[in-house]
Amino acid sequence: MTRAGFAVLFVAAFALLSSHSAGGQTAKKEKDGKWETADGHPTYNIAGDGTVDWYTFSGFRRYHSECHVCHGPDGEGSSYAPGLMDSLKSMSYEDFMAVVASGREVVRADKQSKMPALGDNNNVMCYIDDIYVYLKARADGVLPRGRPAKRNDKPAAAEAHEKACFGEK
Amino acid sequence: MHRYALAGASLAVIALATPAMGNQDVLQQTAKPEQWVLQTGDYTNQRYSKLDQINRDNVKNLKVAWTFSTGVLRGHEGAPLVVGNVMYVHTPFPNIVYALDLTQEGKILWKYEPKQDPSVIPVMCCDTVYRGLAYADGTIYHHQADTTLVALDAKTGQEKWKAVNGDPKKGETNTATVLPVKDKVIVGISGAEFGVRGHVTAYDAKTGKQAWRAYSLGPDNEILFDPDKTMSLGKPVGKDSSLKTWNGDQWKIGGGTAWGWFSYDPETNLFFYGTANPSTWNPVQRAGPDGKPIDQKWTMAIFARDVDTGVAKWAYQMTPFDEWDFDGVNEMILADIDVGGQRRKVLVHFDRNGLGYTLDRVTGELLVANKFDPKVNWTTGVVMDKNNPQYGRPQVVKEYSTFQTGQDKNTKGVCPAALGSKDQQPAAFSPRTNLFYVPTNHVCMDYEPFRVSYTAGQPYVGATLSMFPAPGSHGGMGNFIAWDAAQGKIVWSKPEKFSVWSGALATAGGVVFYGTLEGYLKAVDEKDGTELFKFKTPSGIIGNVMTYSHNGKQYVAVLSGVGGWAGIGLAAGLTNPTDGLGAVGGYAGLRDYTALGGALTVFTLP
Repeated sequence: MTRAGFAVLFVAAFALLSSHSAGGQTAKKEKDGKWETADGHPTYNIAGDGTVDWYTFSGFRRYHSECHVCHGPDGEGSSYAPGLMDSLKSMSYEDFMAVVASGREVVRADKQSKMPALGDNNNVMCYIDDIYVYLKARADGVLPRGRPAKRNDKPAAAEAHEKACFGEK
Repeated sequence: MHRYALAGASLAVIALATPAMGNQDVLQQTAKPEQWVLQTGDYTNQRYSKLDQINRDNVKNLKVAWTFSTGVLRGHEGAPLVVGNVMYVHTPFPNIVYALDLTQEGKILWKYEPKQDPSVIPVMCCDTVYRGLAYADGTIYHHQADTTLVALDAKTGQEKWKAVNGDPKKGETNTATVLPVKDKVIVGISGAEFGVRGHVTAYDAKTGKQAWRAYSLGPDNEILFDPDKTMSLGKPVGKDSSLKTWNGDQWKIGGGTAWGWFSYDPETNLFFYGTANPSTWNPVQRAGPDGKPIDQKWTMAIFARDVDTGVAKWAYQMTPFDEWDFDGVNEMILADIDVGGQRRKVLVHFDRNGLGYTLDRVTGELLVANKFDPKVNWTTGVVMDKNNPQYGRPQVVKEYSTFQTGQDKNTKGVCPAALGSKDQQPAAFSPRTNLFYVPTNHVCMDYEPFRVSYTAGQPYVGATLSMFPAPGSHGGMGNFIAWDAAQGKIVWSKPEKFSVWSGALATAGGVVFYGTLEGYLKAVDEKDGTELFKFKTPSGIIGNVMTYSHNGKQYVAVLSGVGGWAGIGLAAGLTNPTDGLGAVGGYAGLRDYTALGGALTVFTLP
């Protein structure tokens, strides 16, 4: 077997493995503890023993600080605002970013609702990919409700991003 | 008689006609048991009605007399008012007011719908609820979500005046009712989750001109404290009692909002209310310059202030240096009861922190502080020995201290959860039994604080929490209890599947009423809590039960319309992390029982 043939086989096996653990996602890659889909969008990684990557865990925490008071626990929705684990079944990463940053308003005779523009809220925007990958994992049905039991440690890259995002030295 | 003597004589006549005690009209109107002119029933907040046509024997025959859809889907807190032949019904945002003619089967006499910027919706933490209108002197006082206070002509719905109390762009909103008292209307503010600096403000009842404003935190002249005369636990508070308990300028975005209820004692001219949590929910970010806990006065406190001047006579902080979001805003019920063999003028308060407090309302002396849910575990109790330096302070259990466990760490199994052993849903007091009837939550939590930064008008929370029914109990998330405030003891406790998020009503018929989150209106025996009647209304009940009489017939009315914190936290059902992943979702989800929709249901005997 040539080197190239081996590589192809290896990739195929990896894709099979990751599609199994990630609920139908296509091949993804990791850089500094952060996972990306083939088309460059952030995504989650959940190991066979349930250990989640740092960003998914961070998303769980940030969601339950910033989003939960309207959207309910675990992305499940509430009597007040829609369940984001359902929204993310069809919503693209770009649309998600746009609605979070710019907000959305529905004013009808039977309904008035308003998602606020969170674009200048660092507590949200510095962790927006984290929140996205957490909700995506919920939407894909691969992460159960509640606090993830096991997680990877915080990567140095996450620490650096946080500081830069908040304008700290 | 010369001019001056004439002036003196007419002043004397006016003084006679307008006694110094309270708003004469409110006192007269609330003395008529057929009416319900304040959300709280009357100034004492007892939520007790002298009507006795519906009693323990016949309540089982109660039937729906009529219903009314409000046309609004959000959570419906508060209750309708009845003044003479007219019922006034309010809604959550957009804060519609309906005047219904009781002589014409609820025909709409007038409707008032303010135009408000929808951007106020998302800055109202936990649903766009509104706890209702107040009536005095032919005027309906309406405090909108966007903090506009409107005086409406009760006959026509025409605006008499408007005043703006806050700025929603900074997260300042309103959910509370107002207190019409003497020549003033006193109002609070919401937004501690947005770093709002809380206050109460008095407006002239006739013109809407601001009379005074008292902040909860900051310099003495802005919190209206007299360092020598304002008392706490029997001692003058001294200079800078608030400022010296904060790290630097944090008090400027420190929370301590006043979004609860107001009570008033005409004998002392004092009104009473409580203040909310300090901002943020991350206690580590609020520690003192030495890294140790610091009180953050006067968040989480009970205030007694003079109606005319706003100056505080006394204050008592229940939860210094909050680590769990135990807002102190719940109602302050005024009653005269025997404590230790002596008749005392007391104030009784069931706090989010799980402790039931009895204080002397004249002096602020602490008489009783006991757990009203046996599962409360964050404290071993309050030190009652006046000679102990810890006098009046709750003793925190290390295991449940989110500060001692630390930032970025998960403190597990704290009881109660952030929504408290009881939230704003008001309790009732019956002078027949001398018992307090209290709707409670039976929910615990894991709480993990972490660092957040402040942006004006944006949430400023800084903790993630997960809630679950109190472990080792009946599995439900609520209880309806009877409480002896002199002894500090639970007399009976009736388990409920969900948190009881509806205000109670006690009546001279010996029947106590409350609503449940599934939507049941329930009637129980005042003596032992035996269930005598229940009826499932169109949606979950987070409103407060009221009663009135028309043409000699007693009616009981309640707003249903699920929502509020309960609808957000409980719609999907709770999970218990200690049960392991397999059991997740094993607890009742409210959405399996009820759906949105505001409706009024009115009951009477056939």
